[in-house]
Amino acid sequence: MICQECNQRPATLHFTKIINGEKAEVHICEKCAQEKGEMFMLNGGSGFSINNLLAGLLNIEPGFQQAKPNTLPKKEVLRCKQCKLSFPEFVHVGKFGCAECYETFKDQLNPILKRVHSGNTSHHGKIPKRIGGSIHIRKQINDLKQTLKQFIEQEEFENAAEIRDRIRTLEKEVNKGDEGGKQS
Amino acid sequence: MSLEHFLENAASSWMNEEGPDSDIVLSSRVRLARNFKDFSFSTLFSQEEALEIINVIKDRIKNAEIPEIGKLEFLQIENLQPLEKQVLVEKHLISPHLAEDSPYGACLVSENEEVSIMVNEEDHLRIQCLFSGLQLNEALLRANVIDDYIEANIDYAYDEERGYLTSCPTNVGTGLRASVMMHLPGLVLTNQMNHLVPAINQLGLVVRGIYGEGSEALGDIFQISNQITLGKSETDIVEDLTSVVQQVIAQERSAREALVQTSNIQLEDRVYRSFGILQHARIIETKEAARCLSDVRLGIDLGYIKDISKCILNELMILTQPGFLQKYAGGPLRPHDRDIRRAAFIRERFELEKKDNSEGGNTP
Repeated sequence: MICQECNQRPATLHFTKIINGEKAEVHICEKCAQEKGEMFMLNGGSGFSINNLLAGLLNIEPGFQQAKPNTLPKKEVLRCKQCKLSFPEFVHVGKFGCAECYETFKDQLNPILKRVHSGNTSHHGKIPKRIGGSIHIRKQINDLKQTLKQFIEQEEFENAAEIRDRIRTLEKEVNKGDEGGKQS
Repeated sequence: MSLEHFLENAASSWMNEEGPDSDIVLSSRVRLARNFKDFSFSTLFSQEEALEIINVIKDRIKNAEIPEIGKLEFLQIENLQPLEKQVLVEKHLISPHLAEDSPYGACLVSENEEVSIMVNEEDHLRIQCLFSGLQLNEALLRANVIDDYIEANIDYAYDEERGYLTSCPTNVGTGLRASVMMHLPGLVLTNQMNHLVPAINQLGLVVRGIYGEGSEALGDIFQISNQITLGKSETDIVEDLTSVVQQVIAQERSAREALVQTSNIQLEDRVYRSFGILQHARIIETKEAARCLSDVRLGIDLGYIKDISKCILNELMILTQPGFLQKYAGGPLRPHDRDIRRAAFIRERFELEKKDNSEGGNTP
């Protein structure tokens, strides 16, 4: 059998891919598999922990594979401000160093999350009771700020002033909530 | 120590209770991963941060009376003997990772061992609830009570878009892993597991052997759990898993029925041979013990064997592991001696069962 990708080399890897419940037979040569990033599937055998697999997933992220760490000046390695974890280090261990990493590596994260969580990238579950309240208000504030910007651009200053006052009231509420949290 | 006394101290409540569908579902577990805001995750945190987390949790929970849960005992891993750690791992109260690779690890365990909270494992907190039978919803409710209790005073690392932030991105979102331990001898004997496992995997669920990743299915016991933690609500995750488990239960039941109809005497023979081995063997390895226990448990469920309590499988699968045997023996044992001990332990346990029955006047 000949590789379905390059139609030149003999296909040496045969497997069934299942993506979101859809089956596809794949017959491919090793070289094309590496290029296409199919190799990680072959590491899925027994004895491999989820972190190995994850490191595999990350290694084949297109942008990352092209960027060979050696050829880049050191400054360009993405590093978390908070815990100083670099992206290559994250790839190596498969674990983040702190909450801030989720923000730092945001662009790299979405494709990973999509693969691990079958296409999902955002949370639809529990919201912590106490800090949850202020999260809701903060979201409202962000929405209002957008509206405020629009009003200013359209030079509707009366409306803008009204929105600004509403933002201030909400901000006070959030601050109160935060202080309350610390005291209790 | 007498065996009765040892059992009283060693068994967790889920091993002896009979929850819903407990002929097939041995236990249901829910785990929530949580991290403290403004602290590095356990992979990178400093000693000061680690100790502060332990202190905060100790202050917050050690003497607390959480509704329906009661007091929790606090154990610092570094203060435990190797054998004590092993026993906690064998009971699934702590993970091997916490026992071996977490220098600042600690755990809190409820009196009936239904609830355990691991501190400074891969995440700062891992809240676990373990129930007998198929009770994922109940386990989730209980875990949420503890989660809310802790959150009342502690800020979690939480992001509006990503949910609860965890050290490994495979747990982010709900931080929830729900899993169910199932005894599936019917599906194994009729060779259906090979078809079932890929089908379950397609639904975003994982099937494993009894001791987690990479372990083989000792004693026909399989663990089914969710893989996806992001994008679905906690209730949906638990409901989806429950509905798959219910289908597997139905399939296992019909496999058992088919076996009884087509090969009744062969099955009865198999059950009683295993029963004989357990009652009379002098040397028995873990694997053989697991296989025989599985047969005997099936025999109890199908009514071939009477007067033996159902919980014997749960109990002996846990209590015949190396850590427990050595604890019962009162010191370290070489592997060969363990096999002798294991055989003796199982024989004694069956004797105890007979004694209980004759005292109760149930046996002819």
